[in-house]
Amino acid sequence: MAGILIFSDKTNLALELLTAANSISSSSADIKAVTINNDEQVQALSEAGANVYRINAADLIMADVGAVAAALGQAAGELGSDIILLSSNRRGKEIAGRLAQVVGAGCLTDVNSLETDDGKITCKRNALAGATVANQYIKADKQVIAIVPKSFAPAEGGSGSINDLTVEVKPSALKLLEVKTKAGESVDIEAAEVIVAVGQGLNSKDDLVMVEELAKLLGGEVACSKPVATDKKWLSEDRVIGLSGKKCKPQLAIILGVSGQVQFTVGIRDAKTIVSINTDDNATMNSLSDYVLVTDLHEAVKAMNSAL
Amino acid sequence: MNIVVAMKQIPDLQQIRIRNRQPLFDDVPLTLGTIDKNALEAAVVLKEADESIKVTVLSAGNEEVEDTVKEALAAGADEAFLVLDDALEGADSAAIAAVLAAAIKQMEDVDLILFGEGSGDNYSGQVGSRVAELLNMPQAGYVSAMEIKGGNAVVTRTLEDCDEVLEMTLPGVISVMAGLNEPRIPSVTQILKAGKKPKEVLELDEVDVDIKKLAFTETISNLAPESNRKKIVVKSVDELLQGLRSENLIGR
Ligand SMILES: Cc1cc2nc3c(=O)[nH]c(=O)nc-3n(C[C@H](O)[C@H](O)[C@H](O)COP(=O)(O)OP(=O)(O)OC[C@H]3O[C@@H](n4cnc5c(N)ncnc54)[C@H](O)[C@@H]3O)c2cc1C
Ligand SMILES: Nc1ncnc2c1ncn2[C@@H]1O[C@H](COP(=O)(O)O)[C@@H](O)[C@H]1O
Repeated sequence: MAGILIFSDKTNLALELLTAANSISSSSADIKAVTINNDEQVQALSEAGANVYRINAADLIMADVGAVAAALGQAAGELGSDIILLSSNRRGKEIAGRLAQVVGAGCLTDVNSLETDDGKITCKRNALAGATVANQYIKADKQVIAIVPKSFAPAEGGSGSINDLTVEVKPSALKLLEVKTKAGESVDIEAAEVIVAVGQGLNSKDDLVMVEELAKLLGGEVACSKPVATDKKWLSEDRVIGLSGKKCKPQLAIILGVSGQVQFTVGIRDAKTIVSINTDDNATMNSLSDYVLVTDLHEAVKAMNSAL
Repeated sequence: MNIVVAMKQIPDLQQIRIRNRQPLFDDVPLTLGTIDKNALEAAVVLKEADESIKVTVLSAGNEEVEDTVKEALAAGADEAFLVLDDALEGADSAAIAAVLAAAIKQMEDVDLILFGEGSGDNYSGQVGSRVAELLNMPQAGYVSAMEIKGGNAVVTRTLEDCDEVLEMTLPGVISVMAGLNEPRIPSVTQILKAGKKPKEVLELDEVDVDIKKLAFTETISNLAPESNRKKIVVKSVDELLQGLRSENLIGR
């Protein structure tokens, strides 16, 4: 297998890429990790067994995707890496297309599984807004593949190396004026064993109180469909399940008042058990569930809270 | 100021049916990507504030795009620039990007090119980034707010954990975030007028891109995932909780 280069702006995702790279390569010497202005990541990756090539260049800003792609393109050329694995978070996806264009590669993003088959790296990704799963591969020698967070476990243990890499950086046409860190508690609904998800069937923001109580009783997290966060703004966007939200694999998912459009269900279809509570007995969500209760969700939640 | 909005023709996803795990496209109407409509709306809002702005819709696809694009002309675009060939339907992102970049080079003084964060059917978020590289322009993706100030765009890029406020020298590429705005629904008169708006239609060989050389990806299969959910209909909360308890899912 040709040389593999891995890069993510996020250390935890870079560690996942290291695992992904190991899964398609028989020789860890062929795997090289690039970091950009991130000493903490250099440390974490080398301690996980990666051969790290660190780029430290003050004038290279992560916000300039063109500059980052140019730097990674130079790194791939110098290190002889034909395959580049990136993380499919927003930053990684934005870099992917540009880097593919820089190195003349084929590119697949949002990939959630990799397999090697007869020299090909076959990739699974959701297509048609999640209605289908496409099994694809890149025919070209040069490949850029962006991998969905949490598709692989983070790598740990091993002895790597730390090397320096110098790249040429052109003057940037972008100026970073401000970084606003998102306020509010951050939740990790992807890690939850139990999820109670609400959709637009919920009457009001006040009704969230009983939903939160139910989640607490079940030891789970509250999640939601996209409109509940983006249109109604009742919950924060990091609780959204689906194509543009999180992909969750809980043991139990209780879905309240969600119609079950594919952009939502793609984020919950890997749950072990799904319960749908909906007033509409024809809701698509019901046919994708293990237990279906056709009733008003508010009544059902009250009854569950008092029974539990 | 000239703004180009790249919009992709896609089948209306709500109307795709699945049979034997195969998606069925027969009789599914064609439309433009939802997020691409957000990009167009953003351009039209800029135009409303500044009459000197011209908005051109750019699309590459099969012959039917000529009809589908009326939707965008009705919703406020001034004109359309189309590259049409049946081979462009479902072509690789690299090929589409090369065609779009070549088309943009044929236009006059483009200051800003808008994309969606992902196309409706493929949602791979590649084409905008590739075009930015091909045209050697700066880019900002996942943009949730934008303003034009002098020769610059001031944009907010919304990432998972933070917002970046950036000043970008134009010409540049912006990919807008899904749900950025509420795209307007054109009135009947606007729809009638749309047919009369200028349209520049090129054939593939007029942009000088060999898309066969840019067919980098191969699809082995594209099937709906198997679902074998139990679909047990329960009559009451008690019955539901009983079921969940019997599976050891609650009260552990
Ligand atoms: C590019 C793109 C990306 C998207 N990404 C996502 C995504 O990541 N996540 C996401 O969720 N959506 C996403 N969407 C939106 C998605 O298509 C749907 O619009 C959305 O999931 C619908 O949310 P909902 O089911 O809560 O609302 P609705 O479709 O309005 O459904 C509400 C449901 O509640 C039921 N109901 C009403 N009252 C009650 C009651 N009292 N008790 C019980 N049930 C009741 C109704 O019968 C109905 O089934 C995306 C769309 C696009 C175009
Ligand atoms: N065939 C096309 N014609 C015009 N614009 C396109 C085409 N394909 C993709 N785009 C644009 O590129 C964006 C990203 O597409 P994708 O890389 O397929 O997710 C879309 O939101 C559109 O703005």
